[in-house]
Amino acid sequence: MSESVKKPILEVKDLKVHFPIKSSGGLRKKDAVIRAVDGISFDVYPGETLGIVGESGCGKSTTVRAIAQLTKPTSGQVIFQGKDLCKVSKHELLMARQNIQMIFQDPYASLDPRMTVRSIIAEPLIIYNKRHLLPKELSPLEIETRVEDLMERVGLNKAFKNRYPHEFSGGQRQRIGIARALALNPEVILADEPVSALDVSIQAQILNLLRELQKELGLTFLFIAHDLAVIQYISDKVCVMYLGKIVETSESVELYSNPVHPYTKALLSAAPIPDPEVERKRRRIILTGDVPSPDKEHVGCYFYDRCPNKMDKCKNHIPPMFTVGPHHNCACWQLEEKFPLAESEK
Amino acid sequence: MIDKNSKVILDVKGLKTYFKTDAGIVKAVDGIDFTVHQGETLGIVGESGCGKSVTNLSVMRLIQSPPGKTVAGEVMFQETDLLKISEAEMRNVRGNKISMIFQDPMTSLNPFLKISTQMIETIRLHEKNVSKAEALSRSIEMLKKVGIPGAEKRIFCYPHQFSGGMRQRVMIAMALSCNANLLIADEPTTALDVTIQAQILELIQKVNVEMKTAVILITHDLGVVAGMCDNVCVMYAGKIVEKAPTDKIYKFPAHPYTEGLIQSVPRMDKSGEKGKLFSIEGQPPNVIDLPPCCAFHPRCHKAIEGLCSRCNPPTHMLDEDHEVTCWLYGTDQEKSAALKEADARQASKEASK
Ligand SMILES: Nc1ncnc2c1ncn2[C@@H]1O[C@H](COP(=O)(O)OP(=O)(O)OP(=O)(O)O)[C@@H](O)[C@H]1O
Ligand SMILES: Nc1ncnc2c1ncn2[C@@H]1O[C@H](COP(=O)(O)OP(=O)(O)OP(=O)(O)O)[C@@H](O)[C@H]1O
Ligand SMILES: [Mg+2]
Ligand SMILES: [Mg+2]
Repeated sequence: MSESVKKPILEVKDLKVHFPIKSSGGLRKKDAVIRAVDGISFDVYPGETLGIVGESGCGKSTTVRAIAQLTKPTSGQVIFQGKDLCKVSKHELLMARQNIQMIFQDPYASLDPRMTVRSIIAEPLIIYNKRHLLPKELSPLEIETRVEDLMERVGLNKAFKNRYPHEFSGGQRQRIGIARALALNPEVILADEPVSALDVSIQAQILNLLRELQKELGLTFLFIAHDLAVIQYISDKVCVMYLGKIVETSESVELYSNPVHPYTKALLSAAPIPDPEVERKRRRIILTGDVPSPDKEHVGCYFYDRCPNKMDKCKNHIPPMFTVGPHHNCACWQLEEKFPLAESEK
Repeated sequence: MIDKNSKVILDVKGLKTYFKTDAGIVKAVDGIDFTVHQGETLGIVGESGCGKSVTNLSVMRLIQSPPGKTVAGEVMFQETDLLKISEAEMRNVRGNKISMIFQDPMTSLNPFLKISTQMIETIRLHEKNVSKAEALSRSIEMLKKVGIPGAEKRIFCYPHQFSGGMRQRVMIAMALSCNANLLIADEPTTALDVTIQAQILELIQKVNVEMKTAVILITHDLGVVAGMCDNVCVMYAGKIVEKAPTDKIYKFPAHPYTEGLIQSVPRMDKSGEKGKLFSIEGQPPNVIDLPPCCAFHPRCHKAIEGLCSRCNPPTHMLDEDHEVTCWLYGTDQEKSAALKEADARQASKEASK
């Protein structure tokens, strides 16, 4: 299906999440905020995986938390099934959450240690059942069957349903988290670093499982990771974030073969490749300095301090998104000459 | 880099470190051998819990006892067995001749002292005639090298004023500032972003080449190993299962575990191949009460029935510098002898019941 006929399932428009900073006296300093997410927009299409990649603190987790409305966005829109989740009623939000579920990074911290696996997986079903929000009321027996099905689906032995999370390994706990996220038959899964804490061999098991589930259930994924190879493997499209902004977005194949933003280039060149011959031939772009603190308001490009190709213009002008190719956009002033903005975009 | 006539500076033989726990004896490191030459970078890879950290803490004699104890082995460093010298002598080795970057930076930074104080102390401990002012300027230089912005000011901060990644870099700066002969780096960049990781790895490589410092690099990242190491040891459940020059490990992995590890990581440079990832099923074993057989056999797709589950695999040299411990390379003689032994073991067990 071409995209002109396909409609996005989720649209994020100019989303901002600013956290107020308390000064040492506990008083709120006026205007002092952490710009965790600072005006980002993207669309996610049904059945696709959108990967978000970027370094620690660039706002990846805050983005997905804001989409799920676990953190209230400061401004912007999150449109799901035609409704802006930032504005809907509590009831409508609850209905939407049935369709948007999260998987977290830390399989240790995200599961209640006092609950059995059965009650962890069944919890969303029981809550929604009690409030009569499910398409069809479930009997306790039906819930039990559903839990067993889910366990089998994610590769857990259903005989273990009365065990507690600490009796499972990291990979198995991530499977429990996935089963719970699937309980309500969601359409969209927001996965926040779901494999980052896992060993390589276990990581491959979970990535395979997620792809299988996507194919079978037609799921849409928003997938966060800082591992560029993982993002490439799982994603159809990729957004690269830096300091709360998207600096480049494109189809995955295009982004990895033809990166244009100096930050994307540096990221790709820095990621090690598990092949000594390839590694010997590679040239790394070594960035200097650190990611600046996100409490500063920028008048120019956010990447200015670390950019190896900075120009005068970059210091005092925030670059807009230039269209580099079909579905390939990038915020960097160097592109202005070659890919000028249309009059309407200025 | 190593050349053919580099001296061996570290020779570890038959090292065993066990922990006594309520659940039983944890054989965290169970009889391993490896050598490090001057100027060499040796990688140690393996999954969480396979014994990488315990190996190196044992070399440094930093295993907490109880519950842990190095029960056997030799650690020859520049012709002395580190396991036999006094604690005072060992203190002189640590930091001075062997420096270590720990997995958790807070274990080696004092939270109550300014970074400046800690760095100056480290330098002056090892080079007694360096003045305080000189040590300070050298420390600032080092912080700049590891990419701490505003090092001149920030050196007077306390550790808690730094982010985790910055603390890690301070520790690396400290470890690199004492010009040791051997640097042990335990997952030095795991908590860091890739762009920062690239900075740090480049720095370690520079120290390795310029000062001929030997490096033991512990990591679970096969990409890092590929770019950094001359030789690699692959560990599984407290044992080294394969040891070879880096190129051979990646091109001709001999142990099914090594092969699986290399194949299970998605590769950025092979974007065309988006099929199912190879995955090693199951999970690493608990290292308590492991039976005398190959610890990897339940997950191995090449396991030989009746053999790998009952007998300890033999170690063979496939090449002058490629060693593997796996039944796939066992001789018929070894197999029948091992099976006989296993039968006898079983018989005596049944008899004693
Ligand atoms: N509740 C909060 N209050 C104040 N600041 C916050 C809060 N949550 C996040 N931040 C800040 O917002 C920025 C973005 O954080 P976020 O957790 O979204 O980053 P991330 O990209 O997920 O990083 P990581 O890769 O480390 O998980 C960081 O500077 C963080 O310190
Ligand atoms: N103080 C201790 N008491 C009991 N067991 C211990 C202790 N320290 C380590 N172990 C055990 O020894 C084994 C090896 O641990 P080690 O820390 O060396 O693993 P590792 O390979 O460094 O793993 P990681 O990649 O997670 O750092 C593990 O099974 C661990 O549980
Ligand atoms: Mg995060
Ligand atoms: Mg360790």
